[in-house]
Amino acid sequence: MPRKKPTRSNGTEDAEVAIAQSPEGMPEGLTAGDLVDSYTKMILVRTMDERIWALNRQGKVPIAASCQGHEAAQLGSLLAAQKDGRCFMFPYYRDLGLKMAAGLTPTQVMLSFMGKEGEPYSNARQFPLQGADLEHNIIQISNVVGAGLTQAVGYALACKMQGEDTVVLTYFGDGASSQGEAHEAMNFAGVHRLPVIFICENNHYAISTPQRLQMVTEDIASRAQGYGFPGFTVDGMDLARCYEATREAINHARTQGPVLLEMQVERLMPHTTDDDHLRYRTQEELDGIHQRDPVTTFGADLLAGGIITQEKMESIKAEALQAINDATDAAEAATPPDASTMWGRVYSE
Amino acid sequence: MAIKNVIEAVREALREEMQRDSKVFILGEDVGRRGGVFLATQNLIDEFGESRVIDTPLAEASIMGIALGAAFHGMRPIPEVQFSDFIWPAMNQLIGETARACYGTNGALPVPMTIRVPYGGGIRGGLFHSQNVETIFFHTPGLKVVAPATPYDTKGLLKSAIRDNSPVVFLEHKKTYRLVRGELPEEEYTIPIGLADVKRAGENITIVTYGLMLHYCLEAAEAVAGEGIDVEVVDLRTLRPLDKETVLNSVKKTGKLLIVHEDNVTGGVGAEIAALVADEAFEYLDGPVTRLCGPDVPTMPFAQTLEDEYMPNTDKIAQALRKQAAY
Repeated sequence: MPRKKPTRSNGTEDAEVAIAQSPEGMPEGLTAGDLVDSYTKMILVRTMDERIWALNRQGKVPIAASCQGHEAAQLGSLLAAQKDGRCFMFPYYRDLGLKMAAGLTPTQVMLSFMGKEGEPYSNARQFPLQGADLEHNIIQISNVVGAGLTQAVGYALACKMQGEDTVVLTYFGDGASSQGEAHEAMNFAGVHRLPVIFICENNHYAISTPQRLQMVTEDIASRAQGYGFPGFTVDGMDLARCYEATREAINHARTQGPVLLEMQVERLMPHTTDDDHLRYRTQEELDGIHQRDPVTTFGADLLAGGIITQEKMESIKAEALQAINDATDAAEAATPPDASTMWGRVYSE
Repeated sequence: MAIKNVIEAVREALREEMQRDSKVFILGEDVGRRGGVFLATQNLIDEFGESRVIDTPLAEASIMGIALGAAFHGMRPIPEVQFSDFIWPAMNQLIGETARACYGTNGALPVPMTIRVPYGGGIRGGLFHSQNVETIFFHTPGLKVVAPATPYDTKGLLKSAIRDNSPVVFLEHKKTYRLVRGELPEEEYTIPIGLADVKRAGENITIVTYGLMLHYCLEAAEAVAGEGIDVEVVDLRTLRPLDKETVLNSVKKTGKLLIVHEDNVTGGVGAEIAALVADEAFEYLDGPVTRLCGPDVPTMPFAQTLEDEYMPNTDKIAQALRKQAAY
């Protein structure tokens, strides 16, 4: 899909600009204000991501999986879900951006990465931001990739059985697409026409294993045909396109059943803080993908479209830095959970 | 009271709980029109429809994952694993996910789910229709494991399992399905999970057992009664949480313990019972704690002679009791 630049409407920042009114391509329901808001969140997420990595090197964060390169896909799709207001998310471990955009505060995120009391998903029992954040309609309990897909399908089945119009969005990487449960989940969802969207953030690497050794096909979206529902490949580096594709998928899922969205992204950082991607990627490849950094290109597009000013961008970055600094301080000062909290809640109480 | 068999007890419990709570639903292979390969769900689709008795694709991992996801959203799924031998593809969803969901969300996601598992041998099922799978679940915090032996216990415990807010692996011994009959009250009743039951009172030796083996143990106890050996038979009924008190009280009374199960001996439920008694009733013991269990071969083989060699039976149990009594 060719990349289209978002452009400003003739009206105020918040005016809705439908595609029909804007040949250069502002998706339906997306306002200039949304774009600025998304940019603000994107900068906050990126600042957080970079800080967590630095804190890992300082020995203060045991482990982190970076979402750098995935921000447009995560924030664009979540924006569509939030505007819809009737969606439930099963993200995966690289979805820091999604989880922050859904409403986690920087301090909550930092508490999570440092394993401190007050971590909202599991009170620091689990790896950062794994567990359940029901306040923001999110479940991610596991690191076994693909396992969340069948759970998401079961959740969608429960929604349908209870007569709700919820749409379930389940996120996974290209690595998880190889799991048997990815097949089982899509097959069952297709048979029962369940309201679920399978969102694959395809960054072309399962840790170090490149796409060519994971599948023989060019894309993952085409698999949807085998399950009897539509699949689309989307430029996952373009927030507006990810928003638009997800918005349309939500409408389809609610009325007609599953959709597979493959958002093609780049993983700008190693798999985790414990990985060195130069063992399996060349510097030239990395230089190339950094040219497509969605945070940089989104900002440039907003500037070029006159949607944001340089001054506003600077203030957004300064505010993000302050927020992350404050969150870091708060989390460093926070206490770890009392050892006694290891006990309990093994069973429902 | 009517005389019914174990499979009828299962079916009655399912029907009553589905009538009682619209959140309860069944999913599994051939559970709909076919009524399950053992007919546990026979006719339920007529009463509750395709939406609550779901014939799934033949894919155990997703049966369990879908059930878990539905449980996250207020439903009370009852996934059926057609034969325990087919549970292995679902093990990540059971051990890795289901058992950890409540703990891993600090209590935010309880899992009200009952996994029905026909298990066990002695039916010429060979390596892939005879397996005893209980030890792996017995070992797993976060799961409850129930293994009744009679129609009465089956119905009462299955109803409790379905109402429980934690995941329960409900083990139904296949050979008991039509072999074991007993009285089922007309009126509503449940049996609490976690309570063993003394099925036969005695003074000289305690047997701790569960499932099909209970019936062989009771026969063996009768067989040696005429020789002056008075055997107490404790039916665990629930494996996890273990009713330590009933086991210990019995052993403290008799001073001798024989553990009988069909599952492999090494690292099995019996090993845990033996450790429990060694820890907490050592000074009451008047003989070695012994186990009569399935041997350490992968599963009982198909040929009759080989299956007989594997299975504990009434004669083998009676011999073990005589040996214990000689101490």
